[in-house]
Amino acid sequence: MIKARITVTLKNGVLDPQGKAIEHALGGLGFAGIGSVRQGKVFDIEVDGSDRAKAETELKAMCDKLLANTVIENYSVAII
Amino acid sequence: MKSAVVLLPGLNRDRDMIAALTKISGIPPVTVWQTDTEIPDVDLIVIPGGFSYGDYLRCGAIAARMPVMKAIAEKADKGVQVMGVCNGFQILVEAGLLPGALMRNDHLKFVCREVKLRVENTNTSFTRKYAPGQIIRCPVAHHDGNYFADPETLARLEGNGQVVFRYAEGSNPNGAIDDIAGIINERGNVLGLMPHPENLIEPAHGGIDGRALFESALGIAA
Repeated sequence: MIKARITVTLKNGVLDPQGKAIEHALGGLGFAGIGSVRQGKVFDIEVDGSDRAKAETELKAMCDKLLANTVIENYSVAII
Repeated sequence: MKSAVVLLPGLNRDRDMIAALTKISGIPPVTVWQTDTEIPDVDLIVIPGGFSYGDYLRCGAIAARMPVMKAIAEKADKGVQVMGVCNGFQILVEAGLLPGALMRNDHLKFVCREVKLRVENTNTSFTRKYAPGQIIRCPVAHHDGNYFADPETLARLEGNGQVVFRYAEGSNPNGAIDDIAGIINERGNVLGLMPHPENLIEPAHGGIDGRALFESALGIAA
């Protein structure tokens, strides 16, 4: 069994209203000096088998086909 | 002319859309389920609004990967008119049938009210019964209508006249870039828009500004 963590984040230049709202809320809690907050998504996925290279190819295909919208998002795949 | 309405779990504007198409064309649309791989011969396929798959992952993302979308893409390739309203628009961009993306409203709130739209391009089969630059009223109801596209895509959309509906000045309800409310594909047969023209088609709705869109697409003399 291979375990992977996929992280999806908004591309630079894409406005993130949710990140902005979180940033303001953190400021309101007294956390000073916050440069910026960007919100993303994390997917923990288990894949059968032990071939890490094959799993990574498969996981990237999952990102391209469903998990990320590559118009606005970047993704990274980490086998853990 | 005949029409079809696509049904997916979580959509909730399908009844309004079916009622509008039936009233305007006199022929009830056929309904197509998400797992259908063939769509009957129709002149217009409509994906209505709602919250398909609970907006999980991204609005329209899961619906866009259902078997029926492949059938819709094939029909679009053959030149059949396809229209997506609200969640239907989100599904069309997620499916890659229209460019760009629809993001969370800039103010983070669900917006449900009437807006004013300017009809930017009347040289399409969906808008030919409007006057160029006509300002129409139309309801909106969405949480993710904030249209986004990269600068190259935007330039292409503007240059080709693919921005069909724009929120009139002071009317942008969601932060959409360049006030974009509705776009069409390059070929001119796939339209997506956030507002709900199906909810303004008879006097009982308080106006009929949405009617010309259906009359245009269905080839009906007003």
